[in-house]
Amino acid sequence: MTPEPGEPTIDWVDERLGASPGIRRLLRYVFPEHWTFMFGEIALYAFVVLIGTGVFLALFFQTSTAETTYLGAYAPLHGETMSLAYESTLNLSLNVPAGLLMRQTHHWAALIFIAAIVVHLMRVFFTAAFRKPRDVNWVIGLTMLVLALLEGFAGYSMPDDLLSGMGLAIAYSVAMSIPLVGANLAFLVWGGEFPGSNDFVSRLFIAHVFVIPALLGLLIAAHLAIIMRQHHSQFRGPGRTERNVVGAPMWPGYALRSLGLLAAVAAVLFLLGGLVQINPIWQWGPYEVYNGTNGAQPDWYLGWLIGALRMMPPWEIHFWGDTWVPNPFFGGVLFPGIVFAILYAIPWLDRRFTRDRRRHDLLERPRDNPTRTALGVALFTWVAFVFGAGATDRVLIRFGFPYESQIQFARVATFLVPLIAFFVARKVCRDLQRSEAHPLRGWSGRRLRRTPDGGFEPVEPDEERTLAGEPPAGGPTV
Amino acid sequence: MSRLLRALLAAVLLVLGRRRRRAPASSSPDDAPPSEVAVTLERELRSTPRAELLVAAFLLLAGACGVAFVVVYMTLGAHHATPWLGLAIGLAFACLAVALIVAGKRVVPQEVAVEERAELARPQEAREVAAELRGAADGISRRRLLAGAAGVAGAGIGVALVAPAASLGPNVSQRIDATPWQAGRRVVDEHGAPILADDVVGGTFLTGFPEGASRRDVAAPIVIVRLAPAALHLPTGRDPARWAPEGILAYSKICTHAGCPIALYRTPLYPATQPRPALVCPCHYSTFDPARGAERIFGPAGRPLPQLPLAIDPATRELRANGGYSGSIGPAWLNVERGGA
Repeated sequence: MTPEPGEPTIDWVDERLGASPGIRRLLRYVFPEHWTFMFGEIALYAFVVLIGTGVFLALFFQTSTAETTYLGAYAPLHGETMSLAYESTLNLSLNVPAGLLMRQTHHWAALIFIAAIVVHLMRVFFTAAFRKPRDVNWVIGLTMLVLALLEGFAGYSMPDDLLSGMGLAIAYSVAMSIPLVGANLAFLVWGGEFPGSNDFVSRLFIAHVFVIPALLGLLIAAHLAIIMRQHHSQFRGPGRTERNVVGAPMWPGYALRSLGLLAAVAAVLFLLGGLVQINPIWQWGPYEVYNGTNGAQPDWYLGWLIGALRMMPPWEIHFWGDTWVPNPFFGGVLFPGIVFAILYAIPWLDRRFTRDRRRHDLLERPRDNPTRTALGVALFTWVAFVFGAGATDRVLIRFGFPYESQIQFARVATFLVPLIAFFVARKVCRDLQRSEAHPLRGWSGRRLRRTPDGGFEPVEPDEERTLAGEPPAGGPTV
Repeated sequence: MSRLLRALLAAVLLVLGRRRRRAPASSSPDDAPPSEVAVTLERELRSTPRAELLVAAFLLLAGACGVAFVVVYMTLGAHHATPWLGLAIGLAFACLAVALIVAGKRVVPQEVAVEERAELARPQEAREVAAELRGAADGISRRRLLAGAAGVAGAGIGVALVAPAASLGPNVSQRIDATPWQAGRRVVDEHGAPILADDVVGGTFLTGFPEGASRRDVAAPIVIVRLAPAALHLPTGRDPARWAPEGILAYSKICTHAGCPIALYRTPLYPATQPRPALVCPCHYSTFDPARGAERIFGPAGRPLPQLPLAIDPATRELRANGGYSGSIGPAWLNVERGGA
């Protein structure tokens, strides 16, 4: 008897690993599908693209600040003195076939990786998916976000172009600003006073291509293993309870669709990488400690820190002639510290205030807990507002709106805007709870009928109920 | 600490729980999972020849785009190829995405299944695990001594493992305030040519360096501006003859807030809102008044820019340093020399 196709392979694996029961369970693993569940997958797939493109780039990058005189393909920089790190990034961008495609795709993938993580985090918060037993995955996920921010910044800093140098100067100052230990800490990381010893770019490199990605990889594995063990959470729906999970099994439909999403993410990233220029470092020039440029912005995920540094009044804390808390501490350490402390504490805060210690596998809709949702909206609005304050220089350059006035406005509004957002969000949640309308698709009009003599009359409520299941047809209804 | 223990316990339980389930006889009926794998609720075979054709077409297109990538890669130079390469590989993946998603939704059987969730918490077994762990201490009389000694071992080895991290960088010490500027040092421009007093004109700034110093030293670069001597209000103790000869002033170019270079000079003026010339950092817009010893007039910086006293060589008109800075340069830290303004 000839075996069915594929069977010899399965037998081969089974005879060696005894894996068939596990594989069978994996193939039958049920995904309760919802479009908002895709953000985490997008982040995962962007990470895959980052690894692939990153390995390619690492084969060309030189981790050296040794000086060289540029004589390469880009004429405007001919004769410039620059570091080997910057020269090798120029060369891999301009001389290596497909090099620029890989570098730009890598950069775009980093931006989208972090964006997808942030949106995924918001989805998890607003659907209360962080509750037991998923609190452990909430903590792992947040840690991955912190690592992703560090990873992105390290990558942005490596080419040693003008903008990466300015970013590092700020990072160094923020490290210096940590009370008491700051200067020693900064000296350890940079190997001495800014711009650091020749080892510094090697340290950035090993952190960027090995240490942080390895940690991210381990945490991704843990994140997914825990999800598989606990199974996905699901929204309420017919036949769905706290004790089961209803949806599409992994094989074949879900696996194909998810691989389709991987291909779609890769498609978008490569199209962006090929067609939309990002960080053209040859235009910025090499970094020198005495060169700066106006209107420069970091990658989007650092915008909130730039905003906080800019908004901060010129406060410092001095005792006995010493500067105990230099100014950059407030915007660069305290602000993100508060935001992440709140985020890490959310499962425990929620348990405390709801007095709910049970295990939850059914999700809530944002409206189901108006206060929690409103608090989350306030927090994210606060961060988004500070992020916006990071763009004040662009507003000045684009629209001529005085910079000083913008900052003075932002210093006050940063307290008011989250408050307003809180009350608006809570009201919207309560209204939605009452009306049970869908915020985007809801039907709230009244149905009218055209009478034979050309007038209109309202459709009676009981008649309306029979119509409600159908889409409002054109013609007799308005 | 107890949370950490609980997390460890959870991890142990997780592993034990899995193994337990595979053991056939040991589980009692109520904690046995009702079904090993998901149960099908609905299964629909919905493939149509049209959908299959569509999938095949997009798979072929994806392959064609992949080949197009290789052709572009081999024919166009690195210079012009990037958009075409991106287009080819992007479209290849886009076609693959369409094919996979159509196949996943319209070709393969569509199924809705229900799976029972495993009970995670097993208090009984958790107690057994705890007892098992505690069992290690059975028959041991000097538990505290051993625990204490283990703590000492852990702390000692921990310190030993962490200590080499101190090799990463030097101690802060005096190096941070070391400056290449001393009285008599000539001020040169980016190319090493001396800057003359007459090169410094109103309405713009020059960047100067100490002759022969490294360009990587953040203490090196200075901004040099010229103001009308009558407009100066330098802090007390700064004699204009030494700190602003002929109205020429020099300040460290490194912002005292976050270490960016002071790359903007606010002049010409807009008297309505910006009546005074100012040195501005483009990173966070700390704004300093050069006429008043670079005191901060806006932005987050916590102290003025350190000023460098100047002298004009009577014979050559070259600018020379006339001493060191009035305070520490660069971002603040604990023992930063604040310098008055």
